[in-house]
Amino acid sequence: MQPLVNQFGVLSSAEIKRYGRHLIMPEFGIAGQRRLKAASVLIIGTGGLGSPLALYLAAAGIGRIGLVDHDVVDDSNLQRQIVHGVSTLGQLKVGSAAQRLRDLNPDLQLDLYNEFLTSDNALRILAPYDVIIDGTDNFPTRYLVNDACVKLGKPNVYGSVLRFEGQLSVFYGKQGPCYRCMFPEPPPPGLVPNCAEAGVLGVLPGVIGTMQATEAIKLIAGIGEPMIGRMLLYDALEMSFTTIKIRKDPHCPVCGIPASEVELIDYEAFCGVPAHDRAAQAGANENLNGHEQNGADMNKPVPQITVKKLKARMDAGEDLYVLDVRNPEEFEIAVIDGTVRIPMPEIVLAVEDVLAKRKTADQTVLADIPRDREIIVHCRSGARSTDVILMLRQIGYDPDKLINVEGGILAWARQIDRTMPVY
Amino acid sequence: MAAITIPTPLRMFTEQKKVVEVTGSTVGQALDDLTRQYPALRDHLFNGAELRRFVNIYIGEEDIRFLNGLDTQISADESLRIIPTVAGGKGV
Repeated sequence: MQPLVNQFGVLSSAEIKRYGRHLIMPEFGIAGQRRLKAASVLIIGTGGLGSPLALYLAAAGIGRIGLVDHDVVDDSNLQRQIVHGVSTLGQLKVGSAAQRLRDLNPDLQLDLYNEFLTSDNALRILAPYDVIIDGTDNFPTRYLVNDACVKLGKPNVYGSVLRFEGQLSVFYGKQGPCYRCMFPEPPPPGLVPNCAEAGVLGVLPGVIGTMQATEAIKLIAGIGEPMIGRMLLYDALEMSFTTIKIRKDPHCPVCGIPASEVELIDYEAFCGVPAHDRAAQAGANENLNGHEQNGADMNKPVPQITVKKLKARMDAGEDLYVLDVRNPEEFEIAVIDGTVRIPMPEIVLAVEDVLAKRKTADQTVLADIPRDREIIVHCRSGARSTDVILMLRQIGYDPDKLINVEGGILAWARQIDRTMPVY
Repeated sequence: MAAITIPTPLRMFTEQKKVVEVTGSTVGQALDDLTRQYPALRDHLFNGAELRRFVNIYIGEEDIRFLNGLDTQISADESLRIIPTVAGGKGV
């Protein structure tokens, strides 16, 4: 493949010493290093994938790196997000990462975008960079990154991880398939768990992230065979690597039309899920599921109950129906006594069946969720339970009778039962 | 028996089994047998008789859409794979 970058940065004698191990490789040489110096890479997300990506690309001598993230460093990140540390807990992730990267490579030009990537800002943020790397954690942003890359004619180095498995590819509409050729539509909200629900081995994003960094360097320097039109499937438990073919779909709604006609859409509506936690909270009273709404009741804010009030009502001996929608693995970590437990994916499937008129509610798990009484719903932090409430409203549950436990079981662990493990 | 590799997100429907052995001489028959064994998978994979658009089935390195779809013939020891779409993700 032709090198993506055909400009050559000037290397100082200190840099020539620093990159000596690169320079002596005949396939790479000083020309490759000078291309890296002239190259610009945008890393979207500075989490599990973005951490090793940023570290290795900065170390390798990429001249300019942009980081996009609007999150702050939390102690639950440190199991895998190795660019951050205890000393930067609570700080903005882009700032925390910048501190480490500047130490690693003072010659690096760093651009920090402390904002969510949206349809409004994506083209502006992506435009200056040669390579875009998708290290995001949610479907709306993944589709947004793909479509914006196709529109701008840029390669999208894709990686994703869950539990013990990872995927890697390079989506490049100009030369091969894009993400939408492989995954034209997202799955229904709630059906595919995310890492917070299903977990992820901390090392796994390290493996996939470093492979994304490898692909970025290959593209820039024009060496080897890029992962265009292929996807690598990595299974850490089997330690197996399987490569499959991805074909360009001539009817792809994004890369099958002229790039200038690609329009960025409302990806949260397209995917039926918020792109980030803030949207989950702000959007609790909005229709995020893209389905038709029936009447003004649907748009009512979701009523909330605090864990303290819930505990008080339990202690008063009230007969309550409290529904826990987390996954079975999470039930094993901690539960609130007396709850009914139905994992959200089962509810999602049931609601889809009822909406599609394939089944009646009584033929699904919904038979266990009464319509004539108050239902108090909780999950880990309150986002999934809000989604479940919005779904139940769609199939006719009374919005006034569906109450969300604010802060979920995390709030319970912090305010009611301090012996309960937090995860 | 042919074998179908089940991706992580769908293993909640197969009692956490990663590989399910199935009978059938076409991909469609193999998937029918899979969903007979694990009925909860049916609606996730299919919309009526059609595979859902977010479900990718592979034989070896090929997508069955570019072979003969659900009618693609399979040998008795074929390995099929369901490729999931995964977002990854942080806390909700």
